Amino acid sequence: MSGAPFLATEHWWDLRDLSNISREILEFLDRVGPDWLAYVVSPLIGFVAAFLLFVLPSQLFVGVYGERRLIGRMQSRLGPNRVGKFGLLQPIADAIKLIQKEAITPRGADKWVMWTAPVVFVAPAVLVWAVIPFGPNMVIADIPVGLVYFLAITALPVLAAFMAGWSGNNKYSLFGAMRVVAMAISYEVALVLGLLGVVLFTSTMSLQAIVEWQREHDIWLVFLQPLAFVIYFISASAELNRTPTDIAEAESEIVAGYLTEYSGMKWGLFYGMDIGYALAAAAFGSTVFLGGWSLFGLEEWVPPWLILVAKTHLFYFVFIWTRGTLPRLRIDQLMALAWKYMLPLAAINLLVVAAERLWWHEAGLGDGIVYLFAAANIALALLLVVGWARVLGYRPERVPTRPRLVKHVGGYVAPGAETGGGR
Amino acid sequence: MSFYDQWAAILIGTVVGFLLVFSALVGAKLLAPYARERAKGVSYECGMLPLGRNWTQVHVRYYLIAILFLLFDVETVFIFPWAVTFLGLPEFVLYQIIIFIVILGLGLVYAWRRGVLEWR
Amino acid sequence: MIEGAGPVAAFWGLSALTLLAAGGVVVSRNLFHAVLFLIVVFLGIAGFFLLLSADFLAMAQVIIYVGAIAVLILFAIVLTPRASRDNAETRMAPVALVAGVAVAGLLIPAILDAEWRTLSSAPALPVSDLGRELLGVWVLPFQLASVLLTAALVGAVVLVRSPREEREEIDEEERR
Repeated sequence: MSGAPFLATEHWWDLRDLSNISREILEFLDRVGPDWLAYVVSPLIGFVAAFLLFVLPSQLFVGVYGERRLIGRMQSRLGPNRVGKFGLLQPIADAIKLIQKEAITPRGADKWVMWTAPVVFVAPAVLVWAVIPFGPNMVIADIPVGLVYFLAITALPVLAAFMAGWSGNNKYSLFGAMRVVAMAISYEVALVLGLLGVVLFTSTMSLQAIVEWQREHDIWLVFLQPLAFVIYFISASAELNRTPTDIAEAESEIVAGYLTEYSGMKWGLFYGMDIGYALAAAAFGSTVFLGGWSLFGLEEWVPPWLILVAKTHLFYFVFIWTRGTLPRLRIDQLMALAWKYMLPLAAINLLVVAAERLWWHEAGLGDGIVYLFAAANIALALLLVVGWARVLGYRPERVPTRPRLVKHVGGYVAPGAETGGGR
Repeated sequence: MSFYDQWAAILIGTVVGFLLVFSALVGAKLLAPYARERAKGVSYECGMLPLGRNWTQVHVRYYLIAILFLLFDVETVFIFPWAVTFLGLPEFVLYQIIIFIVILGLGLVYAWRRGVLEWR
Repeated sequence: MIEGAGPVAAFWGLSALTLLAAGGVVVSRNLFHAVLFLIVVFLGIAGFFLLLSADFLAMAQVIIYVGAIAVLILFAIVLTPRASRDNAETRMAPVALVAGVAVAGLLIPAILDAEWRTLSSAPALPVSDLGRELLGVWVLPFQLASVLLTAALVGAVVLVRSPREEREEIDEEERR
């Protein structure tokens, strides 16, 4: 691993570095078992720790329970509060209920594809965690192309959603599938262009190295790349179909989108792993933009994995918050936002970052210059966000404060309807 | 860990993922009830019998969006190697990349002007 | 050459998977299933890139082929008027068979005859080297790729959006 000093000792009880425990286990297995056992078990420990001990409980208690409670509060209702103390057992009850429900396959449905779709959807959700570093030694596979790996893996659930929508033999399913893919590919472009800005700064695609870079320079990339961060957040929430952008399963338009014909555990896997992907996106965002497991030196004392878990949940909280606050957008607004607004901004951001980085390198400026860049980039991001909206014709004063008559505007315009979007 | 070891770890993760989802699906299959009922197989349409055929031809704009996406997806994948290494490269490479982005940007502008990005 | 039992096993496993899936593409009567098999083929080829220790290329393969090309094909299927669930007619099957055998007859001897440059160990291929090569030696194909892509887009737009349709849209806009 890297040469940066790290206080954690090598005793197995030092919880600051969980790789110690896994090393002890592996050494034991090496002594008692055949050669290949330790080799196979070593990644398994990582996946079990990351997925079964962190993701699944978070999915259940933060994703299913916490999210519903919080959104309930935001919308002035209670949320689940019946099962167990404060309704804490609700996710367990839900899981038991889902397992017991019949998974109906409608007539004329493509049975094979319908049953494979959840498999294709869920398996990548485990794989995503292979490259997320939980600490200096705590990453399952620190591949040099971790960032691209994440992007490649997250292309698969989109296909799974399309398979699900196609196979149901239902027009609403098909519409939902088309929408989900169209949305995902539209936002993917801006997302990748935004992440390119990060790669330009750090000159690496390994997530561990990106965290180390932020640690070395004592700055998080969210300050250096505010625009990329905002683009990442919006794109991720669009690709995850979370509520301000969940037109793929908009109940008021197309029943339940691509999941219309799904029921029982088949549906439960989609629902559960949606939360799993949201957590993965949050963990990835925290790693790339929020310093990952580092916290300005505090990671020497607090377990780094705890820092990452906390950041992931904070990030996820913002997802919940936007979901509870913002109304659903229309599909044309979302498409316009992706192609006309975020894509040009991401491209400009990319060129600006390249120029900055080149200047930093050529002029031999010290590392302190990053703070100047941070200030400049935040200002630039604000300017671009406001300016490009103006260029596209968004005028704040044109927003009606009260409903106007239909005959004046050629349709009903709700108060505040023209905010955002930027057509 | 060597190159192959890391990818072997990811391969093992794939196996774990598949086992996980298979166990969930098989468990549900074993535990879930099953009732024979003709009306159950009818595809859902707000409680009515489905109108028309379930196959609908979709609008061509989806295809255009997909082509536009392909254009920019390939572009970004090409830019990644440059982004990692551009500090050590001669100056003309930067201009090459700018030309590259501008050519693709022209594509976007053309699509924009022809109204491909309008969603109606 | 690929060394070690693991990678060799992986090579044969991947070969079997890829060939089976490719066979599935040819045989399956349902267009959608064919595309799904094709995606498996793409993933298998990404696996071959990995075995050659070209990890970035493998990821690029997945992103472009699985993420974009497969989506493009899927969209092409759903917008075809009568491509419902079954790809019924295969009148061209004998012709295709003959053409396929002919191409195989050309390729297989060529592959067997060629003198392959083998390396004793798979070289590490860092992305930075790739970038240097791509923008140094291969810069012209690199630029041509962007021109080609833009041309494809323009072609698609020209085919799809006829002037008549645009006029109708403008009229509609004015009526509103």
